[in-house]
Amino acid sequence: MVATTGDAKLSSRAGARAAPWALLSPGALWLILFFIVPIASLARMSLSSKKSRFDFRASFTWQWSNFSDALRAYGGHFVRSFAYAGLATVFALLVGFPLAYVIAFRGGRWKSVLLGLVALPFFTSFLLRTLAWKTLLADDGVLLRAVKGVGLRGPLQAIGIMQDGRVLASPTAVVGGLTYNFLPFMIMPIYVALERIDHRLMDAANDLYANNIAAFQRIIMPLALPGVFAGSLLTFIPASGDFVNDQFLGDANRKMIGTVVQERFIRNLDYPSAAALSFILMTLITIAVLVYARVLGTEDLTG
Amino acid sequence: MNASTMSTSAVAGRRAGVRRRVGRRVVNGAAVFALLYLFAPIAVIVVFSFNRPAGKFNLVWQHFTLRNWMHPFARKELTQAMVLSLRIAVLAAVIATALGTLVALALTRYRFRGSAAVNLLLVLPLTTPEIVLGASLASLFIQRGVKRGFATILIAHVMFCLSFVALTVKARLRGFDWTMEDAAMDLGAGPIRTFVRITLPLIAPGILAAFLLSFAISIDDFITTLFNAGNRITYPLQIFGASRAELPPQVHVLGTMVLLVGVVFLVGGALVGMKRASRR
Repeated sequence: MVATTGDAKLSSRAGARAAPWALLSPGALWLILFFIVPIASLARMSLSSKKSRFDFRASFTWQWSNFSDALRAYGGHFVRSFAYAGLATVFALLVGFPLAYVIAFRGGRWKSVLLGLVALPFFTSFLLRTLAWKTLLADDGVLLRAVKGVGLRGPLQAIGIMQDGRVLASPTAVVGGLTYNFLPFMIMPIYVALERIDHRLMDAANDLYANNIAAFQRIIMPLALPGVFAGSLLTFIPASGDFVNDQFLGDANRKMIGTVVQERFIRNLDYPSAAALSFILMTLITIAVLVYARVLGTEDLTG
Repeated sequence: MNASTMSTSAVAGRRAGVRRRVGRRVVNGAAVFALLYLFAPIAVIVVFSFNRPAGKFNLVWQHFTLRNWMHPFARKELTQAMVLSLRIAVLAAVIATALGTLVALALTRYRFRGSAAVNLLLVLPLTTPEIVLGASLASLFIQRGVKRGFATILIAHVMFCLSFVALTVKARLRGFDWTMEDAAMDLGAGPIRTFVRITLPLIAPGILAAFLLSFAISIDDFITTLFNAGNRITYPLQIFGASRAELPPQVHVLGTMVLLVGVVFLVGGALVGMKRASRR
């Protein structure tokens, strides 16, 4: 009797060691085969060269010049993409934080409705929503007519938001589109972080004569920081590689790097140079994320 | 607080109250602005589904018409693309939800060496821009001579949905009381019966949320799909391709239909949530 329970315990312990891997392996294998292996393929492709100008098949030749050529030709595109993505992240934070705050602290019984409203844009096509901005920002569209009606054209022109009386085909439109498209990704993690804050902490701060600003700085901000971090990454990373906003709302003479990669890969079938550009983009983003994590002092991404 | 500030504290308190109320208004106003910003383009999509465009592009308002809604499926290529997107989204969501839930269970239920690496493996696809995901998968398929089409789109969609599912379910499982499983087993239930009768019902809301999220992400995915679709055309690809030559109002009608489905889910979920909140 004693022996059998001992055996059962032993075998269940061995089972417990194998169990997580049995559960994990299908999903982990999928990610290794279709995420890790492809990144290796991308690296290989980025060091390949085309057979000839007209034969797009690539062969692996340690073609390091793909990288130097890519940087020389498109360095400015990288700078522009990161500038747009950075601006979009800041604006998304400015627009999104108050909404996340109101939902978390003043939502009451409407909380789930408000959260649903934030998620609602996902139920309409990303491309359609971006095309809708084309309608909204059109030269004789609703917004510009309103702006001109209240005489804001001059001031907006002066600070560079409008150019020659228009917004479309300008950096303003692209940054506005990027901000819009990734806003829910900023709001959700901030909401989750704020939601976890114990309301009694705020009461305690008030009892200790902290005014609202002090309470916000000392209590809400530090606790919201992981949410801000996650939201910023979920905005900045997709924004820096995006080409939809750029192509629908932007100016063809000031392309983002995503557009360049897409054109090289899909239109020109120049896989090696597109792969080198993608690889550089991925590396720069990784560096940016690590620096950002250092600055904010948080490295916990998964929460 | 000392004596000299005590005498003025009443005045200061009243002033702080006013300031607090103004601050409240400002924050609420900012939140309303954010909501308006989120909904402006959606309103455009709905309104323009009732437009009769003058040319090939449904981008400028002309006349109100119900014609588009009477013939929502008039554009065959558009409907076909929508059907393909729906098929892929259902399949991708089912596979990703199954695999992702298993990963989440493994990570929350057990402590084991290597779990940090698995966590990293889950997060990386989400911190990689889609254009890199798309280009790298396409590089693999090109190098291996795999013809890109339905299967490669599905592979790509399952890949990024899997991460979302595993992280969503994992978040819901945090704080899950695993002793309940032990209790069921102590009462004589086998592991499978325990899972089906105890664990599954408790984690079902999280799994459902992950499924819906996967479905929504898959049906709307554009960038990764563009690189791996071969000659298959999903709904987003159709819109992108068509947007250069024409943009028929049926695009907006189908978009509004999908939105209505979303609203139904939202209202249903909100009603359940409000009922739960009022019961508390």
